[in-house]
Amino acid sequence: MSILIVADHHENKLAEATAHVVNAAQQIGADIDILVAGEQVEAVAEAAASLDGVRTVLKADHAVYAHQLAEPMAELINTLVADYTHLLAGSSTTGKNILPRVAALRGVPQVSDIIAVESAETFKRPIYAGGAVATVSNNAPLKVVTVRASAFDAVEASGKADIKPLETAVDNALSAFVSEERAANQGPELGSARVVISGGRGLGSGENFKLLDGVAETLGAAIGASRAAVDAGYVSNDMQVGQTGKVVAPELYIAVGISGAIQHLAGMKDSRVIVAINNDEDAPIFKVADYGLVGDLFEVLPEFERQLTA
Amino acid sequence: MKILVGVKRVIDYNVQVRVRSDNSDVDLSNTKMAMNPFCEIAVEEAIRLKEKGIATEIIAISIGPKGAQEQLRTALALGVDRAIHVQSEEQVDSLDVARVMASIVEEEKPGLVILGKQAIDSDNNQTGQMLAALTGMGQGTFASELEVGDEQVTVIREVDGGHQTLSLRLPAVITTDLRLNEPRHARLPDIMKAKKKPIDARALEDMGIERTPYLTLERVETPAQRQGGVKVGSVGELVDKLKNEAKVIS
Ligand SMILES: Cc1cc2nc3c(=O)[nH]c(=O)nc-3n(C[C@H](O)[C@H](O)[C@H](O)COP(=O)(O)OP(=O)(O)OC[C@H]3O[C@@H](n4cnc5c(N)ncnc54)[C@H](O)[C@@H]3O)c2cc1C
Ligand SMILES: Nc1ncnc2c1ncn2[C@@H]1O[C@H](COP(=O)(O)O)[C@@H](O)[C@H]1O
Repeated sequence: MSILIVADHHENKLAEATAHVVNAAQQIGADIDILVAGEQVEAVAEAAASLDGVRTVLKADHAVYAHQLAEPMAELINTLVADYTHLLAGSSTTGKNILPRVAALRGVPQVSDIIAVESAETFKRPIYAGGAVATVSNNAPLKVVTVRASAFDAVEASGKADIKPLETAVDNALSAFVSEERAANQGPELGSARVVISGGRGLGSGENFKLLDGVAETLGAAIGASRAAVDAGYVSNDMQVGQTGKVVAPELYIAVGISGAIQHLAGMKDSRVIVAINNDEDAPIFKVADYGLVGDLFEVLPEFERQLTA
Repeated sequence: MKILVGVKRVIDYNVQVRVRSDNSDVDLSNTKMAMNPFCEIAVEEAIRLKEKGIATEIIAISIGPKGAQEQLRTALALGVDRAIHVQSEEQVDSLDVARVMASIVEEEKPGLVILGKQAIDSDNNQTGQMLAALTGMGQGTFASELEVGDEQVTVIREVDGGHQTLSLRLPAVITTDLRLNEPRHARLPDIMKAKKKPIDARALEDMGIERTPYLTLERVETPAQRQGGVKVGSVGELVDKLKNEAKVIS
């Protein structure tokens, strides 16, 4: 058995999720290789090679793989997987974009967003916005699996795997990169932060989201949002937590002015400690909150910040 | 150009799913069903492209039980021209759905296929990418804006770090994200008129599709429920609990 993991990376940095995917791969139990494909990805390849438990890093450094577009990435991966039993990637927008394309090229299904490894071919995954958990077995010759990073711990980075350059360059006449607009979020990454504070429609405006900044800074928290806050244009889409946004499981999750729809809960209910601040004492968010504070967020937040810094 | 849209019948997004007592699957009997919300966005986008004179005909396809014709009727009422229903009473996995759609693409030769990014029942997020691979098309997943030209489509995509803009050669596959548009509601006269629009009903077995034999649903469980905690009376009490009881802040 051997496993190929597709690394996710941006701006010459390996995404933190990859270390979590390696952990899932170790639980499957087999030789683990990582593919780093992109343009000028030396630093990414080195970071991948340092992850514990990795045998070899395959480095495909070519302009055609810049921005990891699905069409050339899937073609490249298709040339590599014949000898592997598993193909893994994190459930990031990159992994979700590329892996099903590879699966279809190989004529095999994909098991999406696993949260537990039961055996080399049996996995658990949430369905219906986390309303149920399915155990699925997959006996395809190549098991294509995306991994929910927040459900697995990261492996350490004390290893030193070999880096093997690949010469394969494929053609891509189907898609072309035009531009990228990266949201200017300061602070830690939403997916891996120890503390997350999220705002909902209750914040009332983008301007009011600044009320979260002070608390976030004091606690070293990343800032998230509900869909309603994103749809209303208060904040950018990359901050959406939930069934169809990002899934987080920090030590502490603070929901401010969020009602607690199942689609939102799907993205945060595995946090260790949940705090809810809401002026409606019947808001469903209180059913999952360890600590609920009924009150007006415009009064609570400044006071919270003051007491945290006191 | 023709546009093909995918319409999946799923549990209504407001309904909490029940797990069968024998843990074999979820129980959807007597459950309110609806069009997958991302498919509503796909249908809306196709209609807007027709209103702009870019699309000439919109064809909706649904693979699923007899009841899926309800969702196809809704799509027809919204402005879809005709529908194809491929009937299967069993769940059909995304790869098989993509295979059925690939054979319809072969038949209809659409300029654009628009699917949802994710079905809210399986939460798979696979079908569009798989269809694009099977038909050799480019893919614009998680789209929040489209600009359709003669030979290419420009797609703004919602990605983890923000937005990415791609240009794809046509024909292409698009999957919708939440911010692409706000779907309209069907008007009563259109619902009446839609009853006369054609639905081409076929059986999955007659589609000549090789089914994927690899996946087995072993078990479905209700997830561990969180125990609701306590309400605190003040900010001071909250900070104290977080420091001294939960020990998540210092
Ligand atoms: C296909 C689909 C996918 C979806 N995906 C997601 C997803 O990924 N993530 C997600 O979050 N949602 C998602 N949703 C939307 C979800 O169903 C809810 O509509 C959304 O989560 C509601 O956001 P909210 O809690 O901010 O807004 P609301 O439900 O409007 O709640 C606002 C809350 O703020 C409180 N409030 C108002 N003023 C104050 C104040 N001054 N002080 C304190 N509290 C106040 C109110 O009491 C209320 O509880 C999805 C929906 C669909 C159909
Ligand atoms: N059975 C189906 N019938 C019609 N369209 C489907 C079906 N399954 C999936 N799709 C389309 O593919 C999208 C993504 O579904 P999935 O990949 O299963 O999450 C959906 O939003 C639909 O547009």
